[in-house]
Amino acid sequence: MIRRNTIPFGPQHPVLPEPIQLRLVMEDEKIVEALPSIGYVHRGLEKIAEKKDYVQDVYLAERICGICSFMHSQNYCQGIESLMNVAVPDRARFLRVVWAEIHRIHSHLLILGLLADAFGFENLFMRLWQIRELVLDIMEKTTGGRVILGVCTIGGVKRDITPETSDYILRQLDEIERQLSAVLPSLTHDYSVKQRLVGIGVLPKDKAYELGAVGPVARASGVAMDLRESGYAAYGELNFAMVTESAGDCYARTLVRVRELATSADLTRQALAKMPSGPITTPVKGSPTGEVLARIEQPRGELNFYIKGNGSRNLERFRVRTPTFANLPPLLHMLTGCQLADVPVIAICIDPCISCTER
Amino acid sequence: MLDNVTETTAEALPARVWQTRQEGYRFVTMTCTDLGDSHDILYHFDRNYSLRHFRLRLPRGECLASISSIFFAAILVENEIKDLFGIEFSGLAIDYKGRFILSDGAPLAPLNKSHAGIGMEIRNLTQAASKKEARS
Repeated sequence: MIRRNTIPFGPQHPVLPEPIQLRLVMEDEKIVEALPSIGYVHRGLEKIAEKKDYVQDVYLAERICGICSFMHSQNYCQGIESLMNVAVPDRARFLRVVWAEIHRIHSHLLILGLLADAFGFENLFMRLWQIRELVLDIMEKTTGGRVILGVCTIGGVKRDITPETSDYILRQLDEIERQLSAVLPSLTHDYSVKQRLVGIGVLPKDKAYELGAVGPVARASGVAMDLRESGYAAYGELNFAMVTESAGDCYARTLVRVRELATSADLTRQALAKMPSGPITTPVKGSPTGEVLARIEQPRGELNFYIKGNGSRNLERFRVRTPTFANLPPLLHMLTGCQLADVPVIAICIDPCISCTER
Repeated sequence: MLDNVTETTAEALPARVWQTRQEGYRFVTMTCTDLGDSHDILYHFDRNYSLRHFRLRLPRGECLASISSIFFAAILVENEIKDLFGIEFSGLAIDYKGRFILSDGAPLAPLNKSHAGIGMEIRNLTQAASKKEARS
C-alpha cells in the first residue's frame, strides 16, 4: 500500500534564489498535491507607498525587485503619467525601451544560468553569468548603477545616451550575441539537458490561460500574450515579433527565454537607431487624481500596478501584482504528477522572484 | 484612467464572473482599498489586452463569496486580501487562515487605514504641505 507523506521543499533550498516553501504531498516519489507557502520576505511596501510622496514612490517602486528594477519604476511612472495626462518626450520613450530590453536580457541570462545550476550543469551556469556581466556593464556605463538604475522619472528619464555610448551598447550587444552563440546550443541541443527538460512540468494551453499564467510561462504553452504588442512606451513604433512555443514543458519555457534574448537585442538596436533627438523629460506639476491599472511586460510576464491618487502628494492606494504571483497557481498544476527529483527544475522554470511577489 | 468598470453587488458577483469566464476573459487580479466604513473591491479581467473591471463596495465586517471555484487563480489574492484587510471569504478553495503573506505576530489587517503603521507622521506632514501648496 502506498503511503502519503508531506515533504517541505524550501524555504531554504540550494536551488531557490529566494525563500518560498512548497509543501509537497507525495505518494512514493510522485507528487499528488502541492501547496505554496510564502510570507518570508514580506516588506509591507504597499503600506509604505501610501506614506511617501508620490515622487518618492518612484524610488520605492524601483526597489520592489532587484532583477527587473527599472521596469517597476517604468510601470509606476507610466501609471502616474496616465493619471496626470503627462506626455512623455519621444526620446524618453525610446530610452525606456533600451533600458527595459537590456534588463530583460540580464534577467533571462540570470534565470537560464540558475536553471543550468538546477540540473547540475555548473559550467554552463558560470558561462551564462559571465556573459551577463557584459549586460551589467552596459547598465553601469549608461546609468552608473548595475542593479538599481534610478533613471526613470515621472515625465521622462534622467539620463541620456550619447552617440558614443550608443556605439558602445551596439558593440557590447554584438559581443554578447557572439559569446551566446557558442554557449546556448548546450542549453537547447545537449542530450542530457533535454533529458531533464523535455516533457517535464507540462502546462497545456487551456490550463495556462485558465490559471492566469503570464510571460514566458504562458507563451511556452502557446498563449500568445505579450503586452509589448499593445505598444506602450515606444514599442508601437518598433518591429516586434512575439516568441511562442506550444509544448508547455520546461524545455519550451527555456526555448522561449533563449529566443527572447535575440528579440530583446533586436529591439534595443531598433530603439537606438530610431531614437529621435529632443528633450528627455518634461516638467510635471500637481498631484495625481483618479485610478489606473498600469501594465507592462516584465521579463517574467505581465506586471500590474493599481494606482489611486486623491489629489494630494500621497497615494490613496498602490497595489502591486507581479508576474510570479500570477504564475504560482500554474506552478501547482505543473508539479502535480511529477517526480520529486524534477521539482527544482520545474520551480526554477517559472523564473520565481519571491521578493517582488511578496513586496 | 480605469475604463470599462461595472458596479456590482456581492450577490450578483459570482454570476457576473462566471459570465466573464464564458466570454473568454482571464483573471488578472483583485484590488482592495479601505474606504473607512467599507472596502472598495475591484476584480480585473483581460481579453486580448482589453481590461474589464467589476467594482463592489463591501461594508465592514461582511463576508464575501470567493470566486476561486470559477477562477482558481483568484485563490492567492483572496487569501492576501483576507490577511491585509481582514475580509472573510466564504468557499475559499484553500484557506491559509490569515497566514498567507503575514507571519505569526504580525499586525491584523495592516492595510486598513485605521491601522497607522510606520510613517504615519510623514504622511500627515506631506498631506499638510500639499494642502498649504493648494491654498497658496
